[in-house]
Amino acid sequence: MENFGSPALRRLLEFFPSQVEATHANFGDATARVAPGSLLEIMRLLRDEPGLDFEMLTDVTAVDYLGEEPRFELVYHLYSVKRNHRVRIKSRVSEQAPEIASLVSLWPSADWMEREVWDLYGIRFRGHPDLRRILLYEEFEGHPLRKDYPKEKRQPLVGPRN
Amino acid sequence: MAMRLPLPGSQPTPLRDDDFERDLHVEHQLLNMGPSHPATHGTVKFLIELDGENIVDLDIQVGYLHRGFEKECESGTWYQAIPYTDRLNYNSAILANLGYVLAVEKLLGIEPPERCQWLRTMGGELSRMGDHLTRCGAACLELAAMTPFLYGIEARELTWDLQEMLCGARVTSNYIRIGGVKHDLHPSFPQKCRDGIAKIRALLRDFDDVVTGNRIFVDRLRGTGVISKEECLRYAVTGPIARSAGIPLDLRKQEPYLVYDQLDFDIPVGEVGDNYDRYLVCVEEMHQSLRIIEQCLAKLEKLGPGPVNTLDPRVRWPAKGRVFNRMEELIQQFKSVTEGPRVPAGEAYHAIESANGELGFYVVSDGTAVPVKVRCRPPSFINLPPMRKMLKGALLADLIPTFDFINMVGGECDR
Repeated sequence: MENFGSPALRRLLEFFPSQVEATHANFGDATARVAPGSLLEIMRLLRDEPGLDFEMLTDVTAVDYLGEEPRFELVYHLYSVKRNHRVRIKSRVSEQAPEIASLVSLWPSADWMEREVWDLYGIRFRGHPDLRRILLYEEFEGHPLRKDYPKEKRQPLVGPRN
Repeated sequence: MAMRLPLPGSQPTPLRDDDFERDLHVEHQLLNMGPSHPATHGTVKFLIELDGENIVDLDIQVGYLHRGFEKECESGTWYQAIPYTDRLNYNSAILANLGYVLAVEKLLGIEPPERCQWLRTMGGELSRMGDHLTRCGAACLELAAMTPFLYGIEARELTWDLQEMLCGARVTSNYIRIGGVKHDLHPSFPQKCRDGIAKIRALLRDFDDVVTGNRIFVDRLRGTGVISKEECLRYAVTGPIARSAGIPLDLRKQEPYLVYDQLDFDIPVGEVGDNYDRYLVCVEEMHQSLRIIEQCLAKLEKLGPGPVNTLDPRVRWPAKGRVFNRMEELIQQFKSVTEGPRVPAGEAYHAIESANGELGFYVVSDGTAVPVKVRCRPPSFINLPPMRKMLKGALLADLIPTFDFINMVGGECDR
């Protein structure tokens, strides 16, 4: 696999040669797809390794590739203010076990973004301190950004619990 | 009557019989504030645990304006998502248009003409002015100062008048198109814009006279809602909040897009990271935005008339005269209208500096005319959680200015 001149990808391939599944740098965005089991160690390396210094977990989201296996892809965008560079880390989880390690212990910014992914895609984050729905209400059934959730589907709003 | 919900890690300390020195407020009170509270300009609910007047803990509950932005984008064409982006941050719609379009253009590999780049920059800065004016003006209003609010809103009206000249709409602009902008400037725009800028400067001076040194205003803002540099990085806080804490992070300088590398402007940076620093940063940014707008006007006049849209047939409709007289262009027009542009397969992330911080769009295409994924990285949503940290132990009254200067915009936060 190639590192496309990105220091982050070079380091990743050096330290985790077997856990990196694919890399690309299409449209100038350095990207690596990694095994979900080693996400936490990989992210810790990216945060702490001198020369990389990804202090910011800018964004966490997911994409539903319905019909593919594994079905869900988690997408993390990291940014280093110090080095002014970015990297995108992706990881696939299956429909049967939609679960991945939470990054709240590394970056507290993961808290709300992971709650949003749980809310809208139904992917669980192991070790998240407070995995509640965030944009929708607790009584909502299903996860609306999944591709098999019909856009026209309506659910009545229910009153507050007591 | 407050609704009782358990908050994590918050047990009232039991009172011992011999402890006569203790305060009488032994039981913590839970207070619901919002979702529609007159002192918060945003639809958000705070569940506050109070010890007397002090905030012990705070749960911020968002989502009241959730309307399925991403789901809607996944069911229309790439063009049809642009009006939805207007409704993200309705104070600075052009910036949201811009973020989305730049991400799509990254996938398409389109570089719009030079004149268009300058128009986009100018529109974006007008938009940023509107956002900062709302933030500072509404903050005054919520701290019970009506007059400066009216100065701010009057100045915002002027920026909206200019936006209306630019694109025909005051708030929901829908100005930026894939590969270009809606219109070129009206010939009278440069003069009107210069008049507007002079008036805005006068209003900002009035605002400054009334507010910046005002004892009440300063006392409510100084030392409240403090956040450190390290916390900003850990919470991925960007925009004026990060700059007020001393991080010179502005994507217009860090990763210059459009023509920001050719412009002369400064990035104001604070020291303490409190609400007063945030206020000062925002005011200075407005002056810098006015400088940028003036430079854009001068450059646009120097460039003279020229195309403002790309000629790339994938995203542009052919000229009407040709559509009516030639078969190929007729077919092209038909396909463009019924199907919309096809975007090459792939994924791209593009971030711009919006008024609240890093506004990023992560777009995924499978090569068809309908997006697989349009993710908006909303600065309002990501800047909000550290508020809990900023306010622990603070007075309830400090919540108002802190929330004002975080400037959470419901449309963008909840999408």
